[in-house]
Amino acid sequence: MASYSLILITGRSTKQGVGISSGKDQPEYQEATRLLEMSRADLMRLGLQPGDTVRIRSPFGETTVRCSEADLPEGLAFLAYGPAASQLIGGETWATGMPDTKGFEIEVEKVT
Amino acid sequence: MQIDHVVCAFCGCVCDDLSVTVEENHVLEVKNACILGRAWMIGHAGQREESVARIDGQPATLEEAVEEAVRILTSARYPLIYGLSSTTCEAQRQAVALAETLGACIDCCTSVCHGPTGLAVQSVGEPTCTLGEVKNRADLVIYWGSNPAESHPRHFVRYAVTPKGLFRPGGRKERTVVVVDVRPTPSVRAADLFLRVRPGKDFECLWALRALVAGRPVDEAAVAQTGLTLAQLRDLAERMKSCQFGVLFAGLGLTQSRGKQMNLAAVFLLVRDLNAYTKFAAIPMRGHGNVTGIDNVMAWQTGYPFGVNFSRGYPRYNPGEYTAVDILSRGEADATLVIAADPAANLPRPAVEHLRRIPTIVLDVQPSETTRLARVSITTAPVGIAVEGTVYRMDNVPLRLRKVLDSPFPSDEEVLRRILQRVKEIKKC
Amino acid sequence: MLIVRNGEVYDPRNGINGEKRDIYVRDGKIVAEPVQGRVIDASGMIVMPGGIEFHAHVAGSKVNLGRKMRPEDHRDIVFPRTAVTRSGVGHTVSSTFATGYALARLGYTTLMEAAGPPLGARHVHEELNDIPIIDKAFFLLMGNNHFVLKFIAERDFDRLKHFVAWLLEACGAYAIKIVNPAGVDTWKWGRNVENLDQPAATFPVTPREIVVNLARVQQELGLPHPIHVHCNNLGVPGNAQVTLETMRAVDGLPIHITHVQFNGYGGTDWTDFCSGAEEIAAYVNDHPNVTIDIGQVVFGPVTTMTADGPWQYRLHKLCGHKWANNDIENETSGGIVPYKFVRKNSVNAVQWAIGLELALMVNDPWRVFLTTDHPNGGPFHAYPDIIKLLMDRDYRAEVMETVHRRVQTHTQLKHLDREYNLYEIAIITRAGPARALGLEHKGHLGPGADADITIYPKIDDPAEMFRQPRYVIKDGEVVVEDGRIVQDRPGRTFYVAPGYDPQIVPTIREEFTRLYTISFENYPVQLEHYLPRREVIPCGNR
Repeated sequence: MASYSLILITGRSTKQGVGISSGKDQPEYQEATRLLEMSRADLMRLGLQPGDTVRIRSPFGETTVRCSEADLPEGLAFLAYGPAASQLIGGETWATGMPDTKGFEIEVEKVT
Repeated sequence: MQIDHVVCAFCGCVCDDLSVTVEENHVLEVKNACILGRAWMIGHAGQREESVARIDGQPATLEEAVEEAVRILTSARYPLIYGLSSTTCEAQRQAVALAETLGACIDCCTSVCHGPTGLAVQSVGEPTCTLGEVKNRADLVIYWGSNPAESHPRHFVRYAVTPKGLFRPGGRKERTVVVVDVRPTPSVRAADLFLRVRPGKDFECLWALRALVAGRPVDEAAVAQTGLTLAQLRDLAERMKSCQFGVLFAGLGLTQSRGKQMNLAAVFLLVRDLNAYTKFAAIPMRGHGNVTGIDNVMAWQTGYPFGVNFSRGYPRYNPGEYTAVDILSRGEADATLVIAADPAANLPRPAVEHLRRIPTIVLDVQPSETTRLARVSITTAPVGIAVEGTVYRMDNVPLRLRKVLDSPFPSDEEVLRRILQRVKEIKKC
Repeated sequence: MLIVRNGEVYDPRNGINGEKRDIYVRDGKIVAEPVQGRVIDASGMIVMPGGIEFHAHVAGSKVNLGRKMRPEDHRDIVFPRTAVTRSGVGHTVSSTFATGYALARLGYTTLMEAAGPPLGARHVHEELNDIPIIDKAFFLLMGNNHFVLKFIAERDFDRLKHFVAWLLEACGAYAIKIVNPAGVDTWKWGRNVENLDQPAATFPVTPREIVVNLARVQQELGLPHPIHVHCNNLGVPGNAQVTLETMRAVDGLPIHITHVQFNGYGGTDWTDFCSGAEEIAAYVNDHPNVTIDIGQVVFGPVTTMTADGPWQYRLHKLCGHKWANNDIENETSGGIVPYKFVRKNSVNAVQWAIGLELALMVNDPWRVFLTTDHPNGGPFHAYPDIIKLLMDRDYRAEVMETVHRRVQTHTQLKHLDREYNLYEIAIITRAGPARALGLEHKGHLGPGADADITIYPKIDDPAEMFRQPRYVIKDGEVVVEDGRIVQDRPGRTFYVAPGYDPQIVPTIREEFTRLYTISFENYPVQLEHYLPRREVIPCGNR
C-alpha cells in the first residue's frame, strides 16, 4: 500500500463553523471535519479518487477520513478542526501551552 | 417581533447589527448575520437536548448535577477549569472565583488559539488599534495566516476591506489587500496580492521584512527557502513603508505553526519598526466570540490572561505548566470543569484520553464530544440569544449581548454561582 | 452605629486642627448627635477623613493591557486569598482585588480612575466593580473626540455642550478629561503637536480651542469637577511653558492641571534639563481658578501608561523598553511603556525634585494635591514616603544627598524649608481633592459626610504613621484593622447626569454610524448593569 508524506494544516472551514452551531453530531459537522483536502497531484500519487477513504497517521495517532481535491500546493493537505484532526496532534506544547497544530508531517494511505 | 442591533457572539467580529425575528420564542429569521452567525442564532432554536442535566448519561435534575459536580470538584486534588470562550464575562467571573476557592488551575481556549500572541505581548508589547481605525484609515490591509472568509466572514465588509471610511471614502478602491498564507484560501479572492509562504517559514519572512524595512542586506538564498522571493519581500516591505496606514491581521496560521509566539513577536516588532516610517498596527484575529472577554477577566482579576493556577491561594502563571493541554496530556488533572467549550473535539489526543479517564463536568448549550464523555453535563442557555451579558470584540471593544428569547435552561453564570456557593459551604470558606 | 472616641481629629473643611473629638456614625453617615454603638477608642491616635486617590490608572483596557504585558510586575508580589479577601498580584499594575485592598489598607476610601475612553467605558466599569471597598468614579477622555473637535470646528458651542453632557451620562462618567488635546488626534497619523496653536488632523482645531471650549462647557453644565487636563508636550524639556500657556488660555475659568511634574520642565534638551516648578507655582499662587496635582516621581520600577500615544512612543524610543499602543477609533489612544526611575540618573533626579517643589512652592494646600499619577510616576504605595518628604525637611535633605547632584543646581529644592503639617497633609490628600471634585460628602468629618474615616497611630515618623492605619472605616463599617482587611464590601460608583437637549442624539447618530464599527444603540453603557451601586453627583452652578 503506497503511503505518502504530506504536511498537514488543520484549521477552520465554513462547514465546520456552521456545524458547531447546528450540531456536532449532525452529518454536516461530521463530514466537514472528516475531509482531507489535497492537490490533484497528491491524489494521483496516492491512487485516490475524491471521496475515497484514507488513513492518516501521525506520530501521535491515526484517523480515517474521506479525501477530496482542493487548490492546495503539492505536499500540503488540509483537515478542518475536529475530533479527527485532534487524533493526530500530540500533547507536547514546548512550554507554550500551544500544541503543534499546523504544519506537521502525516502519512496518508488509501484504505481499500 | 423584530429585534435590532442584536450582538452576535459566535466569532471575534462580534457584529452588533443583527436583526432577529422572533415568533413564539423561536428565531425565525436573522438579517445581517454571516453564515456562521446565522447558524449560531437559528441553530440554537432547535436545541435537541431536553434534559437540563445528565449524570453518567442519565437525565438528572439541576440540583443533583450541581451536587455531583461539587462532590467531584471538592474531592479532587488538582482540578482544572477550562473553556469559557463562548460565555459571558459575568459567567467568566464566577469561574475565576470558583478556581480560586478550589485552588484549581484555570485555563481558557486562548492557550490553544492566541496564547502565543499573549506571550509575544509579554515580550515586546503590542502596537494595535480598534477596528474603526482600520475602517477609517487603512490603505494597506494584510492578513497573515488568517482566512477570514471562513473564520470571520463579515470581517471584510464590516471592518477592513470594503467599508467606506472617514479617510477612505472610496472604500475598497482605496485599499490594497494582501493575503499571506501557506495555501490559497477563499480569502484570497478578496485580495489584490497573495503571497504563498512555505509552512513553518513565517518567522523567516517576517524577520527578513524587518531587515528590508531597515534597509539592511538580506540573503536571497535564505529568503528563497521561505517560498517567497527577495523581490516579493522587497515589494511588500516597500508597500508597508509607503502606505499611510497599514494593518496586519495575525491569524492562527502564525500562532499554531512553527515558531508560535516568536512569529507573533516578529509581527509586533515589524509593526513597531514600521511606525518609524508610517502608521501601522497589528490586530490578532481572535476567534471565538468572547475569548477576548475571558482574557480580559482573567487579566484584571488574576493578572494573567490564561494558564493560571491557584494551588497556593494566589494566582500563578506558567504556560506549559498550568495550561490545559499540558495538564491533561501529562495526566495531572484529576477532575475537569469545562464551560462553553468542546475540548474533547479540539484538544490533542493525549489530552482527550485523559479527559475520558477523569471525572469531567461540562456546561454547554447542546450535545458535543465533551458532553458525551462527561460524568456530569449541564445544559445551559445560549448567550446572546437567551442570556444577556458582556462580551469583548477581538479588538477589546466591550458590548452587551441582548436576550431575544427565553430558554428553559439556566445560564452558565447561574450554574457556576450555585456550584461556587455549595463549594464554599462544604469547604467552610 | 459607631463612635470614634477621643482621637486627635484633622478635618480641615470644618476647621478642626488636631482637637480631641468624638465622631458619631449612624447608617453610614457622620452625625452630630451622640449614638450608642461600637466604640473605637482612638485615644492617642490621629483621625482623618478617608483618603482620596485623586488620579490613578487602575481600571480599563489600557490598564489591562498593562497587566497582560507585565507578568514580571505580578510574579513577586502576591496576595493569597483569605476568608475575607480575594487573591491578587502586582505592584504597579496590580490586579483589581489587590488594588482595592491596597488602597483601603493605606487609608484611602475614594478613587478617581484617571482616564477612560467612551468606547471602553463598559470595561472601565467592569474593572471598577471588581475593585473592592473603595468608592469610585472615572474621568472621560474627550480632548481628541471626533464630535468634540467637529463641534468646536463648526463653532457650535450649544451642540458641543449637549454632546458632552450626553456623553458623560451615556458612559456613567464623572468629569471631562483632556489628554494632549489635538495631539492624540494627529497621533492617529503618527504625528504630534508641540504647542497650543498647532491644529489637530481631523479638524483644524487647536489645543487652545479645545481646552477653552471644554472649560466653558464645564462651567455651563455646572459639572462638579473642572476640566482635568494632561497638557500637550508632556515629558519634553521646556514644557513648563506649554503648561503656563494652558493655564493662561482659560483666562480665569476653573481648570485642573494634572501630574504637573511631568509638564514642569525647563531647559531645552536633556543636557540643560532643569525644573520649571517655580514659574508654574507662582502662576498657580496668583490664579485661584487653577488646581494641580503633583504626579510625584518615586525611584524604582513603574509602568507608564497614558492616553498620550505620541508621548508613550517617544518614551519607548528613549529607553528602548517594550511598547504597547492602542488607538481607539474616533476618540483617543493609549500607550504603555515600563520604566524605572533611578536616583543617579540626572534627569530622573530633577523629575523627583519637581513634584516636591510644586507641593512646597504652591502656598495654598487647597489647590495642590498629592498624586503619583499611579502607575506613571510611582505606585500609590509610596504615598507615606512622599508625605514624609513633605513634612520633614531634614529627611528631604538626606534623600537629596542620595540622588544625582543635578538636583542641587537645576532645581530649587535645597532652598525650600517649608514643612507640611498634619492639617495640610489632610488637605492635600482629602479635603482639597474632595472640594475640587465637588464631592460634598467626602473628605471631611462633619455631619452629613459619608462615614469614611482613617485612624492612624501617632508615630513621629510620618512614613510609618501613614503606612499602616490602625483602623479604616468605610460607610461606618470597619474594613481594615491593623493592616488587615476585616470586611470586604463593594463601594459605589459616582457619575454625573447634566441633562442635555435630546436633539443631540439624532444629530450625531448618522455620523456615528459612518465613523464607528458598532451600532449607535449599543454604545451607551447600561447603567443598571454596569453601575449596580451608583450615585449621581448633582451638577449646579459653582
